[in-house]
Amino acid sequence: MASRSPSTPPHRDGLSRRGFIGRTGAVVAGTAAASAPLDTARAAPQSAPAQQGENLVAVALTVNGRSVRLMADPRWTLLDTLRERLSLTGTKKGCDRGQCGACTVHVEGRRVLSCLTLTASVDGEHVTTVEGLSDGEHLHPMQRAFIAHDGFQCGYCTSGQIMSAVALVGEGHADTDDDIKEYMSGNICRCGAYPFIRDAIKDAREEMR
Amino acid sequence: MHAYDFAAPRSIRSAIDRAGGESAYLAGGTTLVDLMKLEVMTPSRVVDINRLPLKGIRVDGNGLRLGALERMSDVARHPGVRSRYPVVAQALELSASQQLRNMASMGGNLLQRTRCGYFRDTSTPCNKRLPGSGCAALTGENRTHAILGTSDSCVATHPSDVAVALVALDAQVELYGPHGRRSLPLGDFYRLPGNTPHLENHLLPRELITGITVPSLSWARHSGYLKVRDRQSYEFALTSAAVALDVSGGVVREARVAVGGVGTRPWRLPAVEQALVGRRTTEAAYEQAVAHAADGARPLAHNAFKPELLRRTLVRALTTVGEL
Repeated sequence: MASRSPSTPPHRDGLSRRGFIGRTGAVVAGTAAASAPLDTARAAPQSAPAQQGENLVAVALTVNGRSVRLMADPRWTLLDTLRERLSLTGTKKGCDRGQCGACTVHVEGRRVLSCLTLTASVDGEHVTTVEGLSDGEHLHPMQRAFIAHDGFQCGYCTSGQIMSAVALVGEGHADTDDDIKEYMSGNICRCGAYPFIRDAIKDAREEMR
Repeated sequence: MHAYDFAAPRSIRSAIDRAGGESAYLAGGTTLVDLMKLEVMTPSRVVDINRLPLKGIRVDGNGLRLGALERMSDVARHPGVRSRYPVVAQALELSASQQLRNMASMGGNLLQRTRCGYFRDTSTPCNKRLPGSGCAALTGENRTHAILGTSDSCVATHPSDVAVALVALDAQVELYGPHGRRSLPLGDFYRLPGNTPHLENHLLPRELITGITVPSLSWARHSGYLKVRDRQSYEFALTSAAVALDVSGGVVREARVAVGGVGTRPWRLPAVEQALVGRRTTEAAYEQAVAHAADGARPLAHNAFKPELLRRTLVRALTTVGEL
């Protein structure tokens, strides 16, 4: 059994996600994501449960400008660490196999898939998630443009789309409709909001320049 | 995922010392982490090589040298690569997504595992994943599978695009292992499956790819990569062609041709290269030159379309490059 222990981090409170949201409400969960969890993460070495595996790795990284230290099971992906240890649930788990783009975050300023990134391999690096885009209540131009253009329907892929789109403009791949289509192809939208996503990107790119 | 130890050494020597047994090297992780989640790969130790000094892109009179840890996106946007080896840049840009290209290393790209659905599904037989268990693709869903270089043990394609471009350009892989450094032509680096499809290349235990070199070829400026697939972007090839042409006075002087999506390894077509020499740069001439491109192919129940699609892919790629 030891070799088949859960490879995703346990929730920081030992609560199921459903129980957590059910008890506290989505609004509280949203504000908690901004403050409390990073402190919890610093206490992780002492609280690491036995079933995590015996070879924990000390990892120090900067998430949305804040220093985070934790002892990570080598199997934890950055996605699971963000969501389950740091309660930064804006980053979504879609396919968990590197095929859908919902988990897109920035590492050292580049867009990557957090589901295929091991937490242990980003030691010392800077991570930005969708929670780190806005300046307090002041949304990033790309976030505002997605709202203005209805760049989503169910919203599940949206944070990945926005993270990808912000990077896209920085890469210089947002100049033409064809470029936007090609360089956003790693972000799948099952609702088919693509035309509105493209409009949002064209709108935001002007403001980002 | 099975449990494993994790090490992140800072020198090549140290990485090799930490490897061994059931270890796996980690670069971009886009293949390894995926396959560890699927429990297709179950290393007992992961050696993260991202801190090793294996970066650098050099384009000069000797040709092209790529450090093994250069990321696909950085190579694709390099001005020297784009202008002097466009087939390499195009093959990279037509691969995966920008997120994956930002992660995946050049060395790892060459070592990526097949996308055969049976290889990725541990509930089915697969000689590549579990030697001797059989091949479910032979009689199963095999529309995307290989038609060249196959055996009764395995019909899986090699999925890399840039490996096809590099094989066409006579690239070499630089290797470093417990017994020192050596290099091999990339075309000889890959094995045919035969009855040992789990052995995919000639890497020795603990050996690392440290770099890729492409010899100088002035007319590689006239090159390109065409990829035919089920959707326009972010998909593996049904067929693909890497082509470079040396054209003078409307006549082909020399040619380089390799194809992907059809072979169990990146597939060079020397007979097509020979057949192109001396021909006019017309569609009719290209059609004649590629007539035997798929000779020896063994189509399966669902991919009998591939030989014809391959010939048409080649004609389109040659036409495009011939007009440059």
